[in-house]
Amino acid sequence: MKKFCLIILMILSTSKMALAVTLNVGLQLEPPNLDPTSGAAAAIDEIVYGNIFEGLVRIDEHGEVVPGLALFWELSNDGRSYIFHLAEGVKFHDGNDFNAEDVRYSFNRARADGSTNAKKYIFAPIVNIDIFDPSTIMITLDQARPDFLFNIGLGDAVIVAEESAASNAFNPVGTGPFKFIKWVRGDRVELIRNEEYWGASPALEGARFKFITDPLSAYTAMKAGDIDTFPNYPAPENLFLFNNDPAYEVVVGLTAGETILSTNNKRSPFNNILVRKAMAHAIDREELIDGAMFGNAAPIGSHFAPSHPDYVDLTGLYPHDLDEARRLMAQAGYPDGFVASLKLPPPIYARRTGELIASQLRQVGIKIEIENMEWAQWIDQVLRNRNFDLTIVSHVEPMDINIYANPNYYFGYDNAEFQQIIADIDVSTDAVNSSRLYKLAQRKIAEDAVNGYLYQLGKYGVWKREVKGMWTNYPIRSNDLRDVYMEGEE
Amino acid sequence: MVAFIGKKLLSLLITLFVATVVIFLMIEVVPGDPASFMMGLSGSSEAADALRVELGLNIGPWDRYVGWLTGMLGGDFGTSYTYRIPVSELIGERTLVSLPLTIYALILSTVIAIPVGVISASRRGSMVDTSLMGAAQVGVAIPNFWFAILLVLLFSTTLKWFSAGGFPGWDAGFIDCMKALTLPAISLALPQAAILSRVMRSSVLEVMNEDYIRTARAKGLTKRQALIRHGLRNAMIPVLTILGLQFSFLLAGGIIIESIFSLPGLGRLVFQSIVQRDLIVVKSIVTLLVFAVVMITFIVDLLYAAVDPRLREGNTN
Repeated sequence: MKKFCLIILMILSTSKMALAVTLNVGLQLEPPNLDPTSGAAAAIDEIVYGNIFEGLVRIDEHGEVVPGLALFWELSNDGRSYIFHLAEGVKFHDGNDFNAEDVRYSFNRARADGSTNAKKYIFAPIVNIDIFDPSTIMITLDQARPDFLFNIGLGDAVIVAEESAASNAFNPVGTGPFKFIKWVRGDRVELIRNEEYWGASPALEGARFKFITDPLSAYTAMKAGDIDTFPNYPAPENLFLFNNDPAYEVVVGLTAGETILSTNNKRSPFNNILVRKAMAHAIDREELIDGAMFGNAAPIGSHFAPSHPDYVDLTGLYPHDLDEARRLMAQAGYPDGFVASLKLPPPIYARRTGELIASQLRQVGIKIEIENMEWAQWIDQVLRNRNFDLTIVSHVEPMDINIYANPNYYFGYDNAEFQQIIADIDVSTDAVNSSRLYKLAQRKIAEDAVNGYLYQLGKYGVWKREVKGMWTNYPIRSNDLRDVYMEGEE
Repeated sequence: MVAFIGKKLLSLLITLFVATVVIFLMIEVVPGDPASFMMGLSGSSEAADALRVELGLNIGPWDRYVGWLTGMLGGDFGTSYTYRIPVSELIGERTLVSLPLTIYALILSTVIAIPVGVISASRRGSMVDTSLMGAAQVGVAIPNFWFAILLVLLFSTTLKWFSAGGFPGWDAGFIDCMKALTLPAISLALPQAAILSRVMRSSVLEVMNEDYIRTARAKGLTKRQALIRHGLRNAMIPVLTILGLQFSFLLAGGIIIESIFSLPGLGRLVFQSIVQRDLIVVKSIVTLLVFAVVMITFIVDLLYAAVDPRLREGNTN
């Protein structure tokens, strides 16, 4: 009998296989267009990255650089020149051949005058692009730039064809494992498997990215079975409803989003380091994470992702200590505190965290006036015109600690020592040395309490139990579906 | 009749022209710019400037107004800043969702409300009247978004008869589309039906006290015959007014219901365009909605005239 059961079990388990289905993927935000090389909306990459468009290299689930259209590459001894060996027989979705010319075109387009590439700086160090033959290309930089390889793996550096570049915004044509079929604006984007794909063919027949803005509707759409997977579920407050349901799997991971209490370092009284330190002592991260994110986020003590190998845990640098905070406030000359405004953008994490921060800071005498605003207003007032005291925002770009080296960035941190660290990182070709410098950089901004470092924004994946291969973390904003499949019985 | 229509048409045109000026000025003062929005937190201001040039945002307001107005007269609403496709195409797609939804909801509400109103009125004071009007009271009080959520929880997540949201598109077939619109239409129709049935009831009651009904009854018609032959037509006038108002309200006012059901309708397009500062889309939709409201009022005016001959002669007393 036991043996019989075992056989049955084996039959059952072997009959599970990847089904050729179209996967319904839920996304909260609809992208403005589908061209990842223009504009910076994360919602674009969430659909097209790795699926429609590919770069020379690809960034995988673990944030590692893996081969993309370049199968392998060589780096010169001085670290300045990369020779990329491209995959052969690759075609764009419209049938045009891919070769080294397309690489040169894409990079030249991105760095040209009048380019609308949001990360033009990636291409700035390029001094020369030489084509040896249609599948070999050499890119020479002004100096060794260890981050270059990672950067050209981002969505901003995907390879496009000259013939279709202008229309990629609404009819994206790439080399990836999925082809664009249609975009019903306000509802969904449909992709179909690229049968001529040069690499391993994906298991899915296609994908439907459906836009569901309302958090409650995200819940009902999952429960009604309309959506197979919500890679970044917008309502952490009702995740527990899926935990209790065996039909679904809840996978909490992390994004590259450092959520910070951005502080205007150029404005009084925040230009006083004692005030910033007092605020750091007044913040109780555990309370924020439990209260605003329902426990699903990781505390941070600096502007660096905890998942990165070079991460240093600095959350203990300024422990939650109200007495110390009050003492520092008094020492700074504000024994009775002061009034400050806190401008909050629309995401729910910012609004919820903002309310908690306001009550935490009030305990040391800082009276916070909350101002809720739309993104467009926030970008105008806070980011562009730097007209703010405090704000809460998640910096979702991967490896973006270098924003602290830009004295003109909105929080206005101008420190020569830190700028030197970043300049050294930019040219450091030695991994051990880079790691040391990154740790130094984290410690420097944490010690200066430039901003309030709160938590790493979580990624809450919810999917049907049969869905396999979805990313746990968001090292970059991507829902690469090449390895995703839907398990089922034949 | 011609003079009547002519007069109405002239006021329609003036209203529209004034509306374009007001809309343009209001949008000019809105802070925030679409190029910066699209570049987000990490984009350089250099790239945003390049984008601004590409979108034609660097030209003066007067030129933009004239360009916009003359374009619209020729049927060209411009190109959406964020979507980069013609605005007319965007609006067209969305109207194909919002308009059927509105009509569906109005039909449902009329089909429910008119019999309810008539039955209530003809059995005034009875148990039937009391319970129908009680139900209508509840219908007015229930917020439609809450009702919508209840519908989804029952019919989508529990019974799985309908999908919880989304719209397949008309090329997927009429039946599928109507199915996708059914729950939203019911949620929109319920409060409208409740209001309409109350209006219908009081309108019928009022008409039934008129002299001509008494005359009809004196001729030997039953109460029911008198109501159908003489009463209903007159009782419809206030109902038409409400229907006209409801139509314009539903066309753009379904935004919350559209969000709950993730429908790609006009209401959500307006909201999204405002958030993304896709102001060219906002301007065009608002203008179009003004146009729709003005046209509906015009049509309702014509219908009044059809129902009530006195209006045709220009004698409104």
